Amino acid sequence: MNSTSESHQQMLSRHFGITPAANQFVVALAGNPNVGKSTVFNALTGLRQHTGNWPGKTVDNAQGTFTYQDQSFLLVDLPGTYSILAHSVEEQVARDFICFGRPDVTLVVLDATCLERNLNLALQVMEITPNIVVCVNLMDEARKKNIQVDIKALEQELGVPVVATAARSHEGLEELQAVLYQVAKRNLQPRPKRLVYSPEVEAAVEQLLPKINRLIDHKLDPRWVALRLLDGDQNFIDTISVHLELNPLQITKEAAV
Amino acid sequence: MKSVVRPLTTLSEVCLDADSIRIQHDNALGDKIVADIYASAETIAKRVVTKPPAVKTLDARIDDILTSRIFGYPIMLAILGVIFWFTIEGANVLSALLADALFGFQDVLTGWFTVVNAPEWLHGVLVLGLYRGLAWVISVMLPPMAIFFPFFTLLEDLGYLPRVAFNLDHVFKKCKACGKQILTMCMGFGCNAAGVVSCRIIDSPRERLIAILTNNFVPCNGRFPTLIAVATIFVAGTLTGEYSTFMIAAMITGLVLLGVLITFAVSWLLSHTLLKGEASSMVLELPPYRKPQFGAILYRSLIDRTLFVLKRAVVMAAPAGALTWILANLYIGDTSILVYFANFLQPFAQAIGLDGFILLAFILGLPANEIVVPILLMSYLSTGYMIEVDSLEELRAIFIDHGWTWLTALCTMLFCLLHWPCTTTLLSAYKESGSTKWTLLTFLLPTVAGIGVCFVVAQTVRLLGLV
Repeated sequence: MNSTSESHQQMLSRHFGITPAANQFVVALAGNPNVGKSTVFNALTGLRQHTGNWPGKTVDNAQGTFTYQDQSFLLVDLPGTYSILAHSVEEQVARDFICFGRPDVTLVVLDATCLERNLNLALQVMEITPNIVVCVNLMDEARKKNIQVDIKALEQELGVPVVATAARSHEGLEELQAVLYQVAKRNLQPRPKRLVYSPEVEAAVEQLLPKINRLIDHKLDPRWVALRLLDGDQNFIDTISVHLELNPLQITKEAAV
Repeated sequence: MKSVVRPLTTLSEVCLDADSIRIQHDNALGDKIVADIYASAETIAKRVVTKPPAVKTLDARIDDILTSRIFGYPIMLAILGVIFWFTIEGANVLSALLADALFGFQDVLTGWFTVVNAPEWLHGVLVLGLYRGLAWVISVMLPPMAIFFPFFTLLEDLGYLPRVAFNLDHVFKKCKACGKQILTMCMGFGCNAAGVVSCRIIDSPRERLIAILTNNFVPCNGRFPTLIAVATIFVAGTLTGEYSTFMIAAMITGLVLLGVLITFAVSWLLSHTLLKGEASSMVLELPPYRKPQFGAILYRSLIDRTLFVLKRAVVMAAPAGALTWILANLYIGDTSILVYFANFLQPFAQAIGLDGFILLAFILGLPANEIVVPILLMSYLSTGYMIEVDSLEELRAIFIDHGWTWLTALCTMLFCLLHWPCTTTLLSAYKESGSTKWTLLTFLLPTVAGIGVCFVVAQTVRLLGLV
């Protein structure tokens, strides 16, 4: 539960403009565009929400709160993106928050009617953090189109909790809150299945791992860092050098820039 | 600063290692990683989703053809060619009608001026300059726009443009540019200034600059009626009937293709020199095909686009027409200022296959490309050949009297495709890039390309004795 640590609190507010109350869990809400992410957000938070911008970015930022079993949650709505490989400002905002904002849980909303395309995002998030809950939304539309999603099998394939919802009719939201609660409390520890890449990618990752392990010291998933470096993502290199340096002065300076 | 030196050094070390591995794999690891993620998603989805027996939707079947490796390009070319064919066929008829009406009214105007005994210079500036400039712009430029725009809006409405982007994406990737650049080029067809502004859809600043710098290589609607006019005059003189329209459409399509090829070449060049970097990948959603709404298409293309562009042309053409007449009728010694300028430009213009008047028309056309042909006609006509121009045949005669050959026509079309952007486009480029340097380059790139291409073509043709 890192939200209690003071430097993490400072980092959240400086870099992401987010100030959770003491003992409040932070839940990041990710998903493709048009999967009913906002419906989930609204259904969970009701009127307890406000919108603004991400610091220094012209990207909308909505935050809202909800309480489950006397535990308060701060739900942060990330921009709707197809991936978090950071090819656009929206993807970068989503990636940076999941990776460096270290939310207690990341909730990934998927569209049951086109699961294949939506799963890419879930797989990418699973590489960054194990604290993930998947919500297969729009189950009502899937039923209408005669599409069946085997939730239990999906849970097994991914190794993370999966909840089926139809947020428009509030179907499955109770269960979703329960699962978020369990994962945030660490009563339920998701074990995301590792995505296996082609042999040449795996070999390249192995080559880089020893040095990366020494460099990042368990602050990030080393495999994921290796993959981003192999992707040649200059923007990621810039971001990681800011966030890995925990000297507060340095962070202040960078945040001011 | 001291405390951060060690970890940062290690990071740069790791980056160096990663770079060398990436280069060993020919920069293909990034794509491989994305492909692997997608493959995993597909495998998992297959295991957990039960769908009703897959009926391939009509959309998917259409996409299979429109974006297929074999048919994708030929279909794009055919569509472009057919649209040009319709545009040229229709524009011929409309142009003749408009010219008849407008130049008929010019005689009426002249009558009025004679009745009130107006001074000769006033009649010259207002009727022979201002009004005739306007009449030319409307009769030459309006018809192609009014026909081309609805067709183009129809393609947009049907959802064909994202398919074009899909087909061409890998070429842009080879040039290390963004596939969405083709969408900005499509906008450029309408208006380069709008094309430059639409470059905002490209996320990477490097790729956005490439798109801004190369947008002008697509002929905007202000320029392609010029292309059509010149091509029509010269092809119509040698061929007749359906076959000639086909030839003109093929020529225009060829010129547009040349512009696209040059866009690729310059994008590649920029990615390897001033704007070095790798292409980023993107997700391109192919939206469902929609039934076009014909009313909305007509409204959008005729009111929003055609009239908007025409208004701009008219606003520019009226003063330019008056100015041209004044330049042509103010004499220093026994040479008019216009001829004086044209003579000054003549040696250089001659070297690139044009003549001084043509180059001068392009220079005076800087505010709006729509007025190049009208200015050119007026400067030719005001130098002694005062004949009534109401058919293309007579237009052709004017040009030939001024020493035009097929090489002049070809170089004029090439130079029209490849020269400086209009002021509105330059202004947009300045606003979007926020830098004088990149704006200057937006001006220089097409200009240098145009002078280079025209020079090589003109000199080669003359050397081979083909003219």
